[in-house]
Amino acid sequence: MFRVKVLIKRRKTILDPQGKAVEIGAKHLRLNNIKNTRIDKYIEFDVDTKNKKAAEEEVNDYCKKLLANPIMEDYEFTLEEV
Amino acid sequence: MMLSETKSASGGKLPKFGVVVFPGSNCDHDTYYALRKILGFEVVFLWHKQSALDNCDVIILPGGFSYGDYLRTGAISRFSPIMKEVISFANKGGYVLGICNGFQILLEAGLLPGVMIRNESLNFVCKDVYLKIENKNTVFTRGIKDKDTLKIPIAHGEGNYFTDDDTLQRMEDNQQIVFRYSSNNGSTSNTFNPNGSVMNIAGIINKKGNILGMMPHPERSTDPVLGKTDGSLILKALANNILN
Repeated sequence: MFRVKVLIKRRKTILDPQGKAVEIGAKHLRLNNIKNTRIDKYIEFDVDTKNKKAAEEEVNDYCKKLLANPIMEDYEFTLEEV
Repeated sequence: MMLSETKSASGGKLPKFGVVVFPGSNCDHDTYYALRKILGFEVVFLWHKQSALDNCDVIILPGGFSYGDYLRTGAISRFSPIMKEVISFANKGGYVLGICNGFQILLEAGLLPGVMIRNESLNFVCKDVYLKIENKNTVFTRGIKDKDTLKIPIAHGEGNYFTDDDTLQRMEDNQQIVFRYSSNNGSTSNTFNPNGSVMNIAGIINKKGNILGMMPHPERSTDPVLGKTDGSLILKALANNILN
């Protein structure tokens, strides 16, 4: 079995209203050096197979078809045998 | 009701509408009510787990928060069993109207270009807006006379439409932008943009002209009791145009 950690990031060219709003909070905290806050997604799950290649294929499928929207997001992941 | 003019030449049949019900849809009953009780059309609910479209002429994906808007709006509903049939129906030229969450589902399904992101203000915006009809030659707008703008409410937190410049240009060239947020006399300046959508986009159609997605809710603007009825112009135009 593999433990998978996926990071999904919205492309830099696409506005992240949440990141922008959170950064206003940083200004209120007088954390004046904080810049370019982006709020992305981190997802964990397991893949129940012994075959690493098969696991990677399934994760790619999951990411491309459902977890990320390829029009606006990129993803990266790590696999760890557990 | 005053519907005789919507009878088709081919046997007096009225169009049959199907309103898809996803877990978390909440405008399904409003849409049913508007189509059945106000406009007098035949309409059925289609549960998202069924695969038959019950011979409907128009499929409506209604507003709401399907699957709790988890992951991304529309991302999970897009894989509901019925969507396979809706996509195949749409690709064969069947008429599909996505309203609000329904529009978001159409984007996730790739039936319309672009994506929807959180409103620029981060606020959920619920109010009446005016829409400038940019293309009066679609099956959804043809025959709307005497009006260049429609008063129809919006109610969404993620209606900030975005797409890349090339796609935008292509959509403009093909006249796929059907509705833009505007003033009551049709000014589309940024002042009248409620959510940050690129080019004030409120509704778009596919190139072939059979799939429309719009954030505003025409079904909420049909009953005279509510003081506005412009939404019925779209639904009536659609019914008339597909039968003629």
